[in-house]
Amino acid sequence: METNAITNRRRFLRSLSTAAAIALGWMQPLLALAAGWNKPAFEAGNVDGAITAAGVADALPSADIIIKAPEIAENGAQVPVEISSNIPGTDAILIFSDKNVQPYVGLFEFKNGAEPFISTRIKMGDTSTLRAVARANGRYFVNTREVKVTIGGCGT
Amino acid sequence: MARPIRMRVRLDGDVAEVRALIDHPMETGLRKDPGTGAPIPLHFIQNLTVSLNGKPVLETQWGQAMARNPYIQLRIHGAKPDDEVSIEWVDNQGEHGHASTRVPAQG
Repeated sequence: METNAITNRRRFLRSLSTAAAIALGWMQPLLALAAGWNKPAFEAGNVDGAITAAGVADALPSADIIIKAPEIAENGAQVPVEISSNIPGTDAILIFSDKNVQPYVGLFEFKNGAEPFISTRIKMGDTSTLRAVARANGRYFVNTREVKVTIGGCGT
Repeated sequence: MARPIRMRVRLDGDVAEVRALIDHPMETGLRKDPGTGAPIPLHFIQNLTVSLNGKPVLETQWGQAMARNPYIQLRIHGAKPDDEVSIEWVDNQGEHGHASTRVPAQG
């Protein structure tokens, strides 16, 4: 009787720890995935299609979006890009590289005190227009820069 | 498989400047294995989130055109020493990564 109870308790505890491990294993990717991933926009094969699928409509040209990128990028596989927006209420920045096979590079959403600023590195397949879109109070603004690419970065 | 994340945080006033380098191949699916000639499958981070004390400050969606071993730099206002900065990511093959650090004192 006594030994049976102990065995049962051990078995129960063991099943609990297994359940906890499974729950943890599942929780982490689900948390990160809560942001979603816009498949049609990322898989669009031209910049107009990508922009539309990303939900960007009637973007007004704006010099208040500051793009820092090299005029000539020797290595298209690692192009440093820094984008910031001085448009009040900016809560997202989207990056497009027009001539890439898939032009939509990424969406960066700022909340809870993050400045509308991102510095990163992207791949550019060819000499191309680099397009930065800012979202502010549900409206869209855009600025562009030309980047000459010496060695393309998508097949490398 | 664990892929390292290198993170540096600097506090200036109440602004935490975060720099992170995430170890990831970010394969475009266009490359071929130089030895065998076999295509290397598409493998890239799709979502990356940066949080301050558990609250998201940067939420991203990425395509395969983010560079290999992605680098990000961002600025978080309203930060103070000992706040926790954390990063988590998930890729198109279901791999994920996580790292966290504390905001240092001014300087």
